[in-house]
Amino acid sequence: MSEQVESLIRKEYAAGFHSAIESDTLAPGLDEDTVRFISAQKQEPEWMLDWRLKAFRAWQEMAEPTWAHVHYPEIDFSSISYYSAPKSMKDRPKSLDEVDPELIATYEKLGIPLHEQAALAGVAVDVVFDSVSVVTTFREKLREVGVIFCPISDAIREHPELVKKYLGSVVPQKDNFYSALNSAVFSDGSFVYIPKGVRCPMELSTYFRINELNTGQFERTLIIADEGSYVSYLEGCTAPMRDENQLHAAVVELVALDDAQIKYSTVQNWYPGDKEGKGGIYNFVTKRGVAHKNARISWTQVETGSAVTWKYPSCILKGDNSVGEFYSVALTNNFQQADTGTKMIHLGKNTRSTIVAKGISAGRSNSAYRGLVRINPTADGARNYTQCDSLLIGDRCGAHTFPYIETKNASAVIEHEATTSKVSDDQLFLCQQRGLDAEKAVSMIVNGFCREVFKELPMEFAVEAGKLLEVSLEGSVG
Amino acid sequence: MLEIHELFAKVEGKQILNGLNLSIKPGEVHAIMGPNGSGKSTLGNVLTGRAGYEVISGDASFNGKNLFDLEVEERARDGLFLAFQYPVEIPGVSNMEFLKASVDARRKHLGLLDLSSFDFMKLARESSQKVSLDPAFLKRGVNEGFSGGEKKRNEIMQMMLLEPSLCILDETDSGLDIDALQVVAAGVNAMRSSSRSFIVVTHYQRLLDYIVPDYVHVLSQGKIVRTGDKELARELEAKGYGWLEEEGV
Repeated sequence: MSEQVESLIRKEYAAGFHSAIESDTLAPGLDEDTVRFISAQKQEPEWMLDWRLKAFRAWQEMAEPTWAHVHYPEIDFSSISYYSAPKSMKDRPKSLDEVDPELIATYEKLGIPLHEQAALAGVAVDVVFDSVSVVTTFREKLREVGVIFCPISDAIREHPELVKKYLGSVVPQKDNFYSALNSAVFSDGSFVYIPKGVRCPMELSTYFRINELNTGQFERTLIIADEGSYVSYLEGCTAPMRDENQLHAAVVELVALDDAQIKYSTVQNWYPGDKEGKGGIYNFVTKRGVAHKNARISWTQVETGSAVTWKYPSCILKGDNSVGEFYSVALTNNFQQADTGTKMIHLGKNTRSTIVAKGISAGRSNSAYRGLVRINPTADGARNYTQCDSLLIGDRCGAHTFPYIETKNASAVIEHEATTSKVSDDQLFLCQQRGLDAEKAVSMIVNGFCREVFKELPMEFAVEAGKLLEVSLEGSVG
Repeated sequence: MLEIHELFAKVEGKQILNGLNLSIKPGEVHAIMGPNGSGKSTLGNVLTGRAGYEVISGDASFNGKNLFDLEVEERARDGLFLAFQYPVEIPGVSNMEFLKASVDARRKHLGLLDLSSFDFMKLARESSQKVSLDPAFLKRGVNEGFSGGEKKRNEIMQMMLLEPSLCILDETDSGLDIDALQVVAAGVNAMRSSSRSFIVVTHYQRLLDYIVPDYVHVLSQGKIVRTGDKELARELEAKGYGWLEEEGV
């Protein structure tokens, strides 16, 4: 049976095409001039360059973290190109009509027809291709209600007061090795500001794609929800198939001011490498949100891609009565490795957090849940509930759980539940005896396992996530 | 309907079926009885193609097709159904979703269109009522947290929805109280027709008071050693299996 399950795991990467778009790519290498070059390309003000240089100098003093349960050859940071822009982007398009048709075709291959998606789903999309943001739909419509949704490079020029105040306020430059690197060389990403009391009228969405060879992608996202506002934001990611490993080191910062709510969903499908474990994206990401009084931050992630994932979307529950949530599905197949989880830092009184993490391992892959729940002395009446489930497919994969709980307040209530199960022969046989083929059966069982997380995703993306799991499991039984 | 000829099969290297012959015509109900380890459950698992059950020699033709040439799901779509002795749970997958996928797979195979969700819902509700299962069970995970009796009734409901041509009931009566037993038997009896056949595997004659078989076979050491009508079941109940083995048949 394990053989049966094994063969289901053989799949082809559906987003693995390369687009023949001419681009300006900076020669590999990293020094202060690289940082200056990127800043100049973006026509950034002096203060921004200084901020980057400060981060770069800090990074040079730092060491790569090695505590995660992942293994990969040492990364040569000087062999990476830190900037690549499609050539035709030098004169930024003013509307979709001006966008390179090749680029539009690329997104259509990915199943993101901009016009259609924008119109049908009411989704405003920001698209980041290699290092620059290509087009932001619905920008005007959002501006009418005061919502700012634009590439972060535009925000640095047009809304410096907001960027200065909040950039690095949640994830400091020196927070960790990769956040320092990102702070120095980040190329683009999205910026969102929701004004006081405004409920953002549509889902906001960004698609990231790494296209050029030997390029790293270092996007930076900053979302500020002012008092009493609400926003739901989704990011999707893909990359072409390459034999070389590519680096992706993003930083995402969320600020939910009093009574605000931010829902952040990720569908991550970076190229995972081939069946032998060659190639694939190294996904080293720092995501963190700070919730002020009565605010709520929800992270929902569906992680199916990347060769190595190192990612812990976290919440700092600073204000009284604030709420943090983390819902995660991480699927690893073949030789993929994932070390992912969350941190819930309770500072305010009566703060609450919920963690539901589902790990699915197939092939020879390894997935680890790593989570920290910290209750500070100030956090009277704090509560946490953690549920951590692992599902194994076949007998050569692994699942690991590293929960850390630190409580410094006796009034805290913390619950932790964990289970590990296998897709059993008996379940498969029941499904097949009722007429379902093995692949359909496995995908149904896995989807059932993930149900609690999928129901947290916006409707249209829940369907996408289900399909993505199906594709990722193709060939794992047969 | 089903012709089994000189079937030898093994499980985990151990030979369990030793030259079994059985012929079932449309509309017939065959009961299979026998002591523990005689191969009763193995027969159902071999016919449906469960992994780990290996055919050594012999053949079985089902509606003219050689069963052992077909995948597990192909046999099912052709109308072969196994009601499990221990139905397994599939957490998070709703009974409704699971049943609709099964019914659609069978319908597709028969060249029919998928049922609309509305029509399917109606059908599923009717079937659940026939086995006295609250329709709320349709929304729960497959067998998730069901009692033993509820799981068995769920099996019979699946059988009703799939309308198979040959149903194998593998000790469906085990662990059932008398009320549940009657519900299950009534469900089976309602499905009896001139075109549908049943293999009822059981330890006890009790079930056969409710589902009256046309034939009763006694299985011993992997082959059928005695065939009779329902009176044979009563005789077995009274005398046990020992006397058959002593007769050396």
